[in-house]
This record gives sequence, C-alpha cells and structure tokens, in this order.
Amino acid sequence: MPLTDSLRDDILAAVPSLRAFAISLSGNADRADDLVQETLLRALANIDSFQPGSNLPAWLFTILRNLFRSDYRKRRREVEDAEGNYAKTLKTQPSQNAHLEFEEFRGALEKLPQDQREALILVGASGFSYEDAASICGCAVGTIKSRVNRARSKLAALLYVDGAEDFGPDETVRAVIGGSGG
Amino acid sequence: MKDLKSQASRSTTPGKGGLTPEIQSRIGHQLRAMYDDVVRQGVPDRFAELIKKLDAPGGGSQSENGAGGSNDNNGRD
Repeated sequence: MPLTDSLRDDILAAVPSLRAFAISLSGNADRADDLVQETLLRALANIDSFQPGSNLPAWLFTILRNLFRSDYRKRRREVEDAEGNYAKTLKTQPSQNAHLEFEEFRGALEKLPQDQREALILVGASGFSYEDAASICGCAVGTIKSRVNRARSKLAALLYVDGAEDFGPDETVRAVIGGSGG
Repeated sequence: MKDLKSQASRSTTPGKGGLTPEIQSRIGHQLRAMYDDVVRQGVPDRFAELIKKLDAPGGGSQSENGAGGSNDNNGRD
C-alpha cells in the first residue's frame, strides 16, 4: 500500500519498541539505532509489499530481525565486545542495588542462545503472541514456545538457582560462618 | 553448617520440571523493565526526521540519504 499519513504515524509509533528490541538483540545502543534506521529505510522502500490491515509492528520486527541476523554473522566479535554499552542508553539510572541486579540480568540474557533470547524478548517484553513471534522468526508456534521455556529455565538457572545463596539473609549467615573459619 | 546452606538453596530452588511462579514473574518483570526503559525514550529526532524527509514530495531518494554509513556520532567518548 502507499505511504499514507496514518501509516507513517504507525511506523513512527513502532520506533520505540523497535529500538528496545534492537538493543536487546545486539546489546549495543549505537548498533541498535543503526539497525532501526536500516529497518525503516527498508520498510519504506518496500512499503508496497505491506498488506493493509496486517500487523505492522510484526512486519517491522521481521525486517529488523532479518537485518540483525545477516549482520550478526559479520559482526559477531564486535557485538560481543560491546558489553556495558547498554547502560549508557538509560536516561535514568536505577538505584545502585537495582542497577547491579539489572546488569546481572542483562549479562544472563546475553548468555542465552540467540534463538532463545529473541523468542523470550518478543513474547515476554514486546508482548507479541506466540503466533506473531513465530511468524517474525519464521518458525513453528511450538518451536517458539519451547524456545521461550528453555530461555526462562536457563535464565533462572543462571540467576536464581546457582546464585540461590545470594538471596536473603543466608548470605550474611554464610559470611559469618565462613569467616569463623572451618 | 552444610545443612544451613543446603536448606537455603532448597527453599529457592524450583522443582526439576519447571520454574516456581515467583521466579517466572521475577524474570518477566526484569525483562519488561529493561525493555521499557528504552521504549520510554520515545522516538529520537533522527528517526522522526528520517521518516518526514522520505515522506515529503520529491524527497524519496532513500538510497542517497542516510542508507549508507551516515550515522550521527553523538561523540560520547
């Protein structure tokens, strides 16, 4: 369909979540904004292939994901070196405690295989249905469900099971016990 | 001593099959918090201008503008 005013507004309205998705995927704010820009250019160039009435955000997310995928192979190393860039994108810094927890969470998220990470983000953060997430990723609904489940289990294992002793007063107790020497 | 430790982890460890509801919701919460931090930043001017420019009559030369490596370096370093 042609680029109408309302379509343009809808594309603009999708930009904030496209950025959030791009940052979650790439872990790098500058890289993410380049991805979004490329996504917008590609979407506008191919706007004729967009079906009126279909899910515009899902269409845009599909473009972004495919761009990231093809680009990721080229840039893998660079992306992996980009740790810490994400925090710079935050306008408001959370309190220090929350910030630590936040960094830990991000670190764990980065350890997930890409398939699982994107599935979890699409369903758990972007708010897409399993069906939409499946069409964005070009796979079966069942595959998305199992990726999301595996992603959650792995995050839990990284954050809350291995580190179970880090929670609550046990840490102090253990420190005291450990400090008293065995 | 060892008892104390294993007791502690047992209470927060989910069953083998899956995750406790508490851990599930904690993951969901952190995931959305991280994501929404970016969403709340809105639309950077860069993108608003890009779309406006392409939308303008006669301004449809996408290949010329911006598609290449013309990213604005906000010189943060």
